[in-house]
Amino acid sequence: MPQPRTIIQKIWDSHVVCQPEGAPALLYIDLHLVHEVTSPQAFEGLRQRGLRVRRPDRTFGTCDHSTPTTPRELPIVDPVARAQVEQFEKNCREFGISYFGFLNPRQGIVHVIGPEQGLTQPGMTIVCGDSHTATHGAFGALAFGIGTSQVEHVLATQCLLQAPSKSFAVRVDGSLRPGVSAKDIILALIAKIGVGGGTGCVFEYAGSAIRSLSMEERMTVCNMSIEAGARAGLIAPDDTTFEYLDGRPFAPKGEDWERAVARWRSLVTDEGAAYDKEVSIDASSLEPMITYGTNPGMGIPVTAPVPDPSEAPDAVERETRRKALAYMGLEAGNPLAGHPVNVVFIGSCTNSRMTDLRAAASVLKGRKVNPRVRVLVVPGSQSIKRQAEAEGLDRIFCEAGAEWREAGCSMCIAMNGDQLAPGEYAVSTSNRNFEGRQGKGGRTFLASPLTAAASAVTGVVTDPRTLIG
Amino acid sequence: MEKFTAFESWVAVLPVDNIDTDQIIPARFLKTTSKEGLGDQLFFDWRYDAEGRPRPDFVLNRPPGNRAQVLLAGDNFGCGSSREHAPWALTQFGFKAVISTSFADIFKGNALKNALLPIAVPAEIHAQLLKMLEADPLGTVRVDLASQTLALPDGTAVEFPVDPFAKTCLLEGVDELGFLLKHEAEIAAFEKSHPAPVDTLSVKLDG
Repeated sequence: MPQPRTIIQKIWDSHVVCQPEGAPALLYIDLHLVHEVTSPQAFEGLRQRGLRVRRPDRTFGTCDHSTPTTPRELPIVDPVARAQVEQFEKNCREFGISYFGFLNPRQGIVHVIGPEQGLTQPGMTIVCGDSHTATHGAFGALAFGIGTSQVEHVLATQCLLQAPSKSFAVRVDGSLRPGVSAKDIILALIAKIGVGGGTGCVFEYAGSAIRSLSMEERMTVCNMSIEAGARAGLIAPDDTTFEYLDGRPFAPKGEDWERAVARWRSLVTDEGAAYDKEVSIDASSLEPMITYGTNPGMGIPVTAPVPDPSEAPDAVERETRRKALAYMGLEAGNPLAGHPVNVVFIGSCTNSRMTDLRAAASVLKGRKVNPRVRVLVVPGSQSIKRQAEAEGLDRIFCEAGAEWREAGCSMCIAMNGDQLAPGEYAVSTSNRNFEGRQGKGGRTFLASPLTAAASAVTGVVTDPRTLIG
Repeated sequence: MEKFTAFESWVAVLPVDNIDTDQIIPARFLKTTSKEGLGDQLFFDWRYDAEGRPRPDFVLNRPPGNRAQVLLAGDNFGCGSSREHAPWALTQFGFKAVISTSFADIFKGNALKNALLPIAVPAEIHAQLLKMLEADPLGTVRVDLASQTLALPDGTAVEFPVDPFAKTCLLEGVDELGFLLKHEAEIAAFEKSHPAPVDTLSVKLDG
């Protein structure tokens, strides 16, 4: 009887090229996604060594991070960002890599376009010079972020020197209540185990609540695995996965499709396989979540008061929380609900897909955003933008008084012109509330698209259940 | 890569938990296509005021922090974004090691590839070192990778863990890409027996 294995082990085992003496394993990478910010120094490294890209057919590029979300007929105003995007497109052409450039009608956020185009498939190893690469784990792929040195390694050899991670089972059972979404599951997990709780681990999300999520919702969950410190997070593929992939441009076709599905079904974790760590969450007890501090682990139900730092378990944590509240300009004991906001941002690789836009539109339909609030709605890709427009969502957003923008990372990373002013408060559907993340001095409350849209209407942090009845 | 040798240094003390790479170098400085010139942007928003003047009370703006080669930080250092600009900025400022109780995975990997040694010590050693440096901010530590020891200002030697392969690479100046390239035969054999699941060049792209 072979030892029962997790899906994580199965993918790992099938991608080990060799195990050199005294070194980590050489892990083969099936798909390498590149973008404009973390790749230029890697391409330059190849040039200096006289190397080519070993497998351009396993590499794909898009620009998203420093790419503005203003109308595409306008030039990129920031000369430094423009030079970076131009250098990226030049590098892709020079090294023979397929890419969606700034003006391509399918351009979008790297973690949105991979799944959308069917590049992301179960059982793959996928890397990108971006920590939110775990998003692709929603398809049952082992997907993780790497640094620029490793981008160069993969470009040159299609391999990484890699030690295996520990396995961490995250079981989420029960049914989500109305007004509670995938974003609330992942914010609740990070609040429970902390921003370092998953360090050294790969999460496997399982349980009835995960099974009942759509692919887009699963991507939201996997996307933020890194915010709990995990290297990657994945979900075993099932019929929901296959239905999503079927017919996408890069998905297998005909007999290849049938063979692929049979192979993908065999990836699921064997009965009795052991995990290094486990945690359970009861989905039916979750409420809409929101963060109050300066890391994604500082999350609470939207109805709860801001915790008192003096209740933290140790001195450094107490100081960390005090510093966070000082930066955020908040007092312990007061609820966040009712706190004024200046900006609402709906977008990012966490929450910029059709499900997210439809959720936001369901709240904004027939309503107006509070005149004090600037609301940005930024689709994850130009394809999503067109689909949303075909469904009339853009009209709902614009009639409500929100801005409907072009695809990109936008205000999640504030290096493309979209940013908070110092001191401003934002309810944001993105993934990080670090100091200055959305603009120097800006203050971020992370939440779901429903909570963000509800807060846009009222102008204060709002429990979406009060508006969706 | 230069060989990593033992050294003695002052310590810049920044005892904050969960210092993320957005603090180490804010995203707006990531529009560069070069690795150079990032040292001045290290901890930018903590280091400079709204007018861009150095904050005199920030540890890197005053002695001995401004000349230290070792940074003492809180738990889970380097969490968040995978940007390798973080270790580039730290090493260009002059740091050769960071001491903490733990490091985020991607940061640790990036640091080791840039001759920046992440030294993880138990919480009680971390607290002791903090106390010693509070008492004498000019106290020095000695970092010896070969013996994997950190000598505290009072001379106490503390062992720290390092991945053996990373240690060899640092001590001998081995370049990881060079190591990978030597396995061409194994990589080619693997590719022969594992057909690509996707061909990114197979679909014609519009625009």
